Amino acid sequence: MEVIDLSWWQLALAAGLVVVLAACIYLARLGLAGSLLLAAVRTTVQLTLVGLVLEALFSVGSLGWVALMGLGMLLLAGREVMARQQRRLRGGWSFTIGTAAMFVSAFSVTVLTLVAVIGPTPWYEPQYAIPLLGMMLGNTMTGVALGLDRLTESLWRQRQLVENRLMLGESWSSACGSIRREAMRSGLMPIINSMAAAGIVSLPGMMTGQILAGTAPALAVKYQILIMFTIAAGTGFGTFVAVTVASRRLFDRRERLRLDRLTTSSG
Amino acid sequence: MNPPSLLLDSLATELLEPVSLELPPGTVTCLSGASGSGKTRLLRAIADLEPHRGTARLGERAQEDMRAHDWRRKVMLVPAESAWWCETVGEHLQEPQPEALAALGFGDEVGEWSVDRLSSGEKQRLALARAVSFSPAALLLDEPTANLDPDTTRATEQWLVRYIREHRIPALWVAHDQEQIRRVADRHYHIAGGRLEES
Repeated sequence: MEVIDLSWWQLALAAGLVVVLAACIYLARLGLAGSLLLAAVRTTVQLTLVGLVLEALFSVGSLGWVALMGLGMLLLAGREVMARQQRRLRGGWSFTIGTAAMFVSAFSVTVLTLVAVIGPTPWYEPQYAIPLLGMMLGNTMTGVALGLDRLTESLWRQRQLVENRLMLGESWSSACGSIRREAMRSGLMPIINSMAAAGIVSLPGMMTGQILAGTAPALAVKYQILIMFTIAAGTGFGTFVAVTVASRRLFDRRERLRLDRLTTSSG
Repeated sequence: MNPPSLLLDSLATELLEPVSLELPPGTVTCLSGASGSGKTRLLRAIADLEPHRGTARLGERAQEDMRAHDWRRKVMLVPAESAWWCETVGEHLQEPQPEALAALGFGDEVGEWSVDRLSSGEKQRLALARAVSFSPAALLLDEPTANLDPDTTRATEQWLVRYIREHRIPALWVAHDQEQIRRVADRHYHIAGGRLEES
């Protein structure tokens, strides 16, 4: 099945809808018209650039370039995790924990999926590796950021309770156990909700894209199920690692709650 | 075997110059000082809840010789404002001591009480009952009667002193009320200008 090509003026028609929405927002004094237009411009520029990068990458197809692209995506995701936390660990710990958690979860699950499940030749074929890693990182990033934000915020608000448990002789892990579990739940709920609603409330983006591009719905569905499962695994393991390491960092060697290791986001 | 003393060995916080002190078993040592003078910080340092210089010992064993949570279970800090996290009072008590609960004005049914219905005064007395249910080897009491009316204050402090003497444990008791200090203290120290002085 041939894919219908989209010209720039057709995209301009869609952009017109966003401009109309911006005008309505302006008239309603919501104070978001500028943000909406800026976000629309960023979407256009960022996706155009990434399209160019992907076309170049697909034509070269070497492991080194794929790895470099993956590393760049990982570092940007790590920065995003850090930026999304109201209270974050000082001294690069927040960035390091978020990035390391995504590396061990998103990267390892992506490689495992490429090698053991999909099996392209070579295994790092950019057409498969980059979109897969992108989706993994995007979702893992959300889970890790939500989990860390919930952890630090809850420890901050419930410090009296946590310290009271320490006073009664509980270990650090027991004293913050319920908070850690809630933080992990926060990180996992979005992907669980997505899986539960997939196909009923919403048609997932990747599957929709494949169907629009001419793939048979049955095959698109298989890919979507694969992606959902791998995203769930990556998000779960990433959130688990990030919350565990960050919570340990918030207690010192003598199991004291060290909220002085947090700094408040200026944004 | 003689019960151990609590010893402060050049213990210093950000607000307090190094303190060396022995708190013998079965005695109450009161600590007073203006708000913000560092009384609570000293108690927290002894409980090893915040970084400090020097150390505290329970008999021969220093803080660093024990795991932190084991130390805190032995040297138990009862804060002025207590927190409760389980649904009922009973879930917070390690080994409920009916005598202690009765002396503090509670019946056996208190274990079934929801923590949501507790007043600030009840919380303060139950925090004491909770602490002794762990059979601590030393008590650090941060204004343990601050939320109580005069009659309950007298009853609570009488029980506390009796408990400390009978169980032969050392106690450091932060208090503002000079009358109360006269009633309960074997020794009294005052913090002023970052220094601890015997009164």
